[in-house]
Amino acid sequence: MNILAKIIRYQIHDISRSMWLIIYTLFFLLTSYGLISFSNNIPKVLVSLMNITLIIIPMVSIIFGTIYLYNNKDYVVLMLSQPIKRTVLYFGLYLGLVIPLAFSFVIGISIPLILSGKNWLEHIAVIVYLFTSGVFQTIIFVSIAFLISIVNENRILGLGLSIFIWLCFAVLYDGMLLLIIEFFQDYPLEKMLIGFLFFNPIDLARILIILKLDVAALMGYTGAVFQKFFNTEWGIILSLSSLTIWSIVPLLIGKSKFLKKDF
Amino acid sequence: MLKRNGTKNIALLITLILIFFQSNLYTKAIKVGSNHKVKTITAALLFAVNGDTLLIASGIYKEGPIAIRKSITIVGINNPIISGDGKYEIFLVEANNVKITGLVFREAGLNYIKDNAAIKLNNVKNCVISSNKFENNFFGIYLAKSQNCIIDGNIISANHKKETQSGNGIHLWYCKNIIIKNNTIRGHRDGIYMEFVRNSNIHNNFAEKNIRYGLHFMFSDSCSYSNNHFQINGAGAAVMYSHNVEMKNNRFEKNWGSASYGLLLKDIYDSKISNNIFYKNSCGIYFEGCNRITFTKNDLIENGWAVRLMSNSMENKFSENNFISNSFDIATNSTKNYNYFDGNHWSEYKGYDLNKDGIGDVPFRPVKLFSFISERIRPSLILIRSLFIEIVNIAETVFPTFTPEALLDNNPKMKRI
Repeated sequence: MNILAKIIRYQIHDISRSMWLIIYTLFFLLTSYGLISFSNNIPKVLVSLMNITLIIIPMVSIIFGTIYLYNNKDYVVLMLSQPIKRTVLYFGLYLGLVIPLAFSFVIGISIPLILSGKNWLEHIAVIVYLFTSGVFQTIIFVSIAFLISIVNENRILGLGLSIFIWLCFAVLYDGMLLLIIEFFQDYPLEKMLIGFLFFNPIDLARILIILKLDVAALMGYTGAVFQKFFNTEWGIILSLSSLTIWSIVPLLIGKSKFLKKDF
Repeated sequence: MLKRNGTKNIALLITLILIFFQSNLYTKAIKVGSNHKVKTITAALLFAVNGDTLLIASGIYKEGPIAIRKSITIVGINNPIISGDGKYEIFLVEANNVKITGLVFREAGLNYIKDNAAIKLNNVKNCVISSNKFENNFFGIYLAKSQNCIIDGNIISANHKKETQSGNGIHLWYCKNIIIKNNTIRGHRDGIYMEFVRNSNIHNNFAEKNIRYGLHFMFSDSCSYSNNHFQINGAGAAVMYSHNVEMKNNRFEKNWGSASYGLLLKDIYDSKISNNIFYKNSCGIYFEGCNRITFTKNDLIENGWAVRLMSNSMENKFSENNFISNSFDIATNSTKNYNYFDGNHWSEYKGYDLNKDGIGDVPFRPVKLFSFISERIRPSLILIRSLFIEIVNIAETVFPTFTPEALLDNNPKMKRI
């Protein structure tokens, strides 16, 4: 445990000095500051922040995560020559990346929100959902990134694959959903659509936040069915566990690959 | 002798004329109240004659249903309360020229067969109902087959929970030339309800938190509605099957819900809707089967859909309106366009104005692909705010293939009108 903490501390130190993380934090700071100062309408700001959160966080997490492991290959080899368990090293690397990424997201959005002095407390439910889903996106997409870069020795291939997977979750999946909706429009689709949402963490987070906003009324009957499902304890438990499964499964597969990998 | 007789006759005639006029011009005032000789309204009505005034002192009057069949004026002094005890209709007016003012009506009972109201005017002319309060009645003011009446400055409220157990605040059926002004209506089924009404004028009313519609009219031609304010009603305002309607300077706001509308128009022809404000409704204004409506100088701000235009609506003109921060500006289920959009301001407009004449140089297409798809297949709205949808919308704006190509504003204004 001591060694794990040491590795995490070293990694955080290392990443904090990298340009990437500073730019990432500054990006959140500036966009949320800009949005908040330009608009008095907090729900509108939150919708824009949601858009940014659900597009930028998965993208940065998956790309940065992939590059991070490739760049740290020498360090990994060096550490493996020491009497350190591979599991400890793996989780050290993982947490050493996830913690600063999530931290800079939370800092970047919450500071302008608090400093603005606007009545954001009224919308605390949406804000909690926003932060939770942002942190979950970081955790999930860094685990996927780790899996990709451990499996692929080729950097270019790995990077290409992570961009493609991000594209699948952020864009193509919704296209597929739209096709399904179009194709089966004569059938009651609501329950099936709820099922489909669990297979895409980005969509799931988006719906969870939208249902907390008043845009939900536009969805009519579908929205009502969704509200009814996602506002019960079961709905919240199911969505949280789905997000947890999305974070753990790629991480564990990545771990088992890491344990067997011949560096 | 003859001369003297003549003077006598003339004197007699004058006296007779004076007596005759006195009964008409100098009518008597009857005081009603527990401290007066006449204790009840029913008793006062028995010996009142046309033109009398009943002055009702403060107190609570529970007299069952009261029928008014004489042209009298009823004035409440210090807000006397007249109660229907939750069972009866309170006033039934069946005479012309009745004026009722300053009373408080409470608890006209629920009755589905008789439609009990606090005041029901049946087949009358020239009546005035003003400055009364209505609390928790089934129906508030009910006019049937009446003409030239004025309903002014009443405060009508109820706290019904269910649509089926609640009547309308002001209800008009087969009426002509009615003026409804300065009334406040809360918590009824419909705030103002009109069916088969002609040439009436509804202005400066405020309808809030009614269970169904703030304003609801059908088959009511040539009526005008101005400076009214409708907010937080269950489903907004709904108007149907009418011609020559004029709606000006009204405010429709915060009608938010999955089946709510700022203003729902069905089968409305040749009408004018101008200078209204539609703010924060889930659907600002909905057109179904509406033809030849001029829709000008309205503000549509922060609605879910600003305008939903069904394909059976034709030759409507939309000009000089402000469409600002709506989730969807225009939604339609038609691939063709038979309506005109010209010179509106759209906050979504991303064009430029090189010659600085205030009019954008590139036409604006208010129907996005997503609003078109979601109008046809409602469940697709779960993809709202998805990155995919944004990309598809941009692609469609550049090369329109699905959305009605002719539905565009050729002269979009750069600045808010």
